[in-house]
Amino acid sequence: MTSTVDGRSPGLALPKSELLEMYRRMVLIRRFEEAAAEQYALGKIAGFLHLYIGEEAVAVGAIHAMDERDHLVTHYRDHGYALALGLDPGRCMAELFGKSTGLVGGRGGSMHFADASKNFWGGYAIVSGHLPIAVGLGLASQYLDERRVAVAIFGDGATNAGPFHESMNLAALWKLPVLFLCENNLYGMGTAVEHASAVREMARKACAYDIPAERVDGQDVLAVYEATRAALEHCRSGKGPFFLEALTYRFRGHSMADPEMYRSKEEIEEYRRQRDPIVLFRNRLTQEGKAEAAEFDEIDREIDEVVAAAVRFADESPDPDPETVTDYVYAEPVRVS
Amino acid sequence: MAREITYRDALREALREEMYRDERVFLMGEDIGAYGGSYAVTRGFLQEFGPKRVRDTPIAELGIVGAGIGAAIGGLRPVVELMTINFSLLALDQIVNHAAKLHYMFNGQFTAPVVIRTAAGFGQLGATHSQTFEHWFAHVPGLRVVMPAVPKDAKGFLKSAIRGNDPVIFIEHSLIYRNRGEVPDDEDFLLPLEGAEVRREGTDVTIVSWSRGYYLALGAAEELAREGIECEVIDLRVLRPLDIDTVVRSVQKTNRLVVVEEGWRTLAMGAEIAAAVQEKAFDYLDAPIARVASLEVPMPYARNLERLVVPNKDRVVEAVRQVLYQKQPVAVG
Repeated sequence: MTSTVDGRSPGLALPKSELLEMYRRMVLIRRFEEAAAEQYALGKIAGFLHLYIGEEAVAVGAIHAMDERDHLVTHYRDHGYALALGLDPGRCMAELFGKSTGLVGGRGGSMHFADASKNFWGGYAIVSGHLPIAVGLGLASQYLDERRVAVAIFGDGATNAGPFHESMNLAALWKLPVLFLCENNLYGMGTAVEHASAVREMARKACAYDIPAERVDGQDVLAVYEATRAALEHCRSGKGPFFLEALTYRFRGHSMADPEMYRSKEEIEEYRRQRDPIVLFRNRLTQEGKAEAAEFDEIDREIDEVVAAAVRFADESPDPDPETVTDYVYAEPVRVS
Repeated sequence: MAREITYRDALREALREEMYRDERVFLMGEDIGAYGGSYAVTRGFLQEFGPKRVRDTPIAELGIVGAGIGAAIGGLRPVVELMTINFSLLALDQIVNHAAKLHYMFNGQFTAPVVIRTAAGFGQLGATHSQTFEHWFAHVPGLRVVMPAVPKDAKGFLKSAIRGNDPVIFIEHSLIYRNRGEVPDDEDFLLPLEGAEVRREGTDVTIVSWSRGYYLALGAAEELAREGIECEVIDLRVLRPLDIDTVVRSVQKTNRLVVVEEGWRTLAMGAEIAAAVQEKAFDYLDAPIARVASLEVPMPYARNLERLVVPNKDRVVEAVRQVLYQKQPVAVG
């Protein structure tokens, strides 16, 4: 497993501005998600809300390694990826509020963020259902000789479903540039990995398709960045797909409705205390002399303002226009009735 | 100028012309290349266009439809072939939860213009290979569901489907591939993916059908014409979006309606058409709407039993007599 916590990390050679930007985006995700939980409690957000708290290093590390032209499709726990991509927090929050100014105009909600201008083709909410779509994006890249990689984000739970296996086989068969990035957070909703998967190490599933695989510490943003960069390089060079398993942990329940009967308070507490990706990264940068406390504190303060402004923007934005409810069912006009 | 060609050749022409016109158009499906296609629609295409554009796939319907959706998002024009409509059930999640929804769910930011070709049909193929599910797809907003009966429509619709920006479920029928009909020579002959067509005018009864059912309707109409009963025959052609107005206009003239479909009648197209017609033309109806459909059993293998299950011309004739009150109502499936 790739981990840089105790060793040297090439990622540390990144310019300080980039390192601090990675820190900044992780804090942004954390605070954004905390604010979303508050707004949910206030009734401003409804339906499903799956928080990314605890897993920030995976999205930020992976996105930082990606090229702007690379394709991205994710699971429904997608806020972190949108924010890591640099999408406007106000528009993200407005989507949660179901407002017209949301990323997708209030039509998608928490699970269906997207921004075509960033090649972010959406968050998908049928577990593993988006993996074939990633394969198709990889096929388009190969067909058009674009050297873009299609990155698919999914959880451990998705690896037990048929679409995962059909996708892995097809991607390997046709040597498509697809990065399968599995966030193993140890639970598929409320079912622990060992109760759902015959194999506990997700990366081992890749060998059935001759897809090279690696495991990485998903709480270490530099480790994720480095592993993703190497994996993307593999895919981009025409060698076919790659499977990366990031070991991570979600600090909050599966969704806002989760009473968390399936895991102990002690387990959660231990992860929060010892494996918080933001704390780990901040300590690392401090130890390495990359930045000082005041610089982190300044970022933290700025993010508080950004998130407060995002909530204000969402709150003050208008609802979608009722007149538009039937817009976009079809791309081409419909004349018959 | 027009030529008479088969339904199969109409499809072949549509695919070839679109592949020559646009490099982004490619075919993907089970046994479409080396084998030549289960119904020979793509025979010779692998040799003509090469393996990049004519792609044999694993037997993995969900995966290939999903890959088609992704390829479409990525800028290609995929035509995915599912060997038969029976196997489309394995891909329902991709079709219903993904292809049909992306444009709306993501606020019109992008679309997935994938064409999914597949074939309905029967012929002593047994319970799992003899079905037709067009109404399952027609239930879903966001899909265009096309089921052409004649070569001209097969060609014009397929070309439009490939060029258009919506996902299209394009359903053929294994028993009409050899049917012949006139097709325009124009390589840019396109048909909008909507609208029913009145193919035979009549004054006494309207018969609505599509795909192979259209030929049953036409056969019944010709037989009844010898007795002086004039049936108006409508080929519905497109099941979603549904052109109910063409049916309603006809019913306003004939006051009687028979729907002919090959699937089971419960919750199928006939039920939808009957409901829509009574909403829009209640006062024009002089008889209850009759539906001719398959018996509600899994398809049996034995020849004599299969014949009892699927609609035939005689049952259409019987249904027309029923709505004309020429005899006591009988069960029609």
